[in-house]
Amino acid sequence: MLTQEAVIAALQDVKDPEIPVVSVVELGVIRGVHIADDRVTIDLAPTFAGCPALALMQAQVEQRVRQLGAPDVAVRLVLAPPWTTDWISEGGRAKLRAFGLAPAPRHGGLLQLMFPAEVACPHCGSTNTVQKNSFGPTLCRALYYCHNCQQPFEQFKAL
Amino acid sequence: MTQPALSAQLLALADDELILGHRDSEWTGHAPILEEDIAFANIAQDEIGHASLWYGLLRDLDGHDPDRLVFFREPAEYRNVQMVELPRGDWAFSMLRQYLFDAAEAQRLPLLAADGYRPLAETAAKILTEEIYHLRHTQAWIERLAQGTQESHRRVQAALDLLWPYALQLFQPLPGEAKLAPRQIVPEAGVVRQAWLQAVVPFLSGVGLAVPEPAEPAAASREAHTPHLADLLADMQSVARLEGPEVRW
Repeated sequence: MLTQEAVIAALQDVKDPEIPVVSVVELGVIRGVHIADDRVTIDLAPTFAGCPALALMQAQVEQRVRQLGAPDVAVRLVLAPPWTTDWISEGGRAKLRAFGLAPAPRHGGLLQLMFPAEVACPHCGSTNTVQKNSFGPTLCRALYYCHNCQQPFEQFKAL
Repeated sequence: MTQPALSAQLLALADDELILGHRDSEWTGHAPILEEDIAFANIAQDEIGHASLWYGLLRDLDGHDPDRLVFFREPAEYRNVQMVELPRGDWAFSMLRQYLFDAAEAQRLPLLAADGYRPLAETAAKILTEEIYHLRHTQAWIERLAQGTQESHRRVQAALDLLWPYALQLFQPLPGEAKLAPRQIVPEAGVVRQAWLQAVVPFLSGVGLAVPEPAEPAAASREAHTPHLADLLADMQSVARLEGPEVRW
């Protein structure tokens, strides 16, 4: 009998296609696992609505759960409550930093109040940083520069 | 029966986002600086993502396939406002159009998010979290252009004079809206318009632009389009129509 824990553990293998160091579980997009008889339903929250990786993520989640022997798998998109970067786990944040991507500061739902928040450089940890562009190479990234180590870096944009 | 009225609302929301997103995307590779190329391409992608959410709701409501709606409708069947179909113009024009639209979204979405039809409310709440970035960005650009050089000021003022009546079309009530508004499914158009005016007029005046006098909206109905929409669709739909509906891609 498949358990929720087993499904979650397996989904650690499914990485964000655009940030291949963090899993969909660490990213906080897996919002629920429902097991009823032979049917497994996964609730998945999209990050950015226009994210081109969404369909791929959905397909990979479905495929991974099928590999556990579940014959009937459905991945349901859930919009409410909207996904937020606050849901990225501590483990996920550490992996983002190691990847050179500064995690978004936690904002507790008060996104508007956090502009401009202090963003720590993922290379040297200094907060002597400046935002160069609130848009970046993917919908979920912003561009920063660190005055301390004089390196550009990217931030996982707060949402 | 509120379903046709609700479909009309969703189609208008979706078509505005799609057509604006497409026009924005025309700047990709052509923006004045690289940073802006990146930013505007992101905004375009966001808007098209938002369109796909609205079309998805419409599919759930009345079974319309989003791909069919986007790639196989004729211009006359589109329900976007004329503002979003106008050619991209110069940088000031595109930035101001995006600002006026973002400012309308900033007023409309919280009201939609508080409404009675849950899928619509949830979608509005989702989109709202992303829109914060748009408005912040375009507002900064309008300030920069209005207070930059004489030339940038002249251009953004000219864009404002031209776009104003077009922007007012965003607040024209849609068919059947009277049936929806009392049930608090969508905010009353007049309420959104008032909130928008209270936000944009002080901002535009504050950066030194002359806000045009109240005017009649550029078009009374979303069934009326400029010839520019046909040009845009010919471009956007050309590949899908070449391959035919039986091809999956």
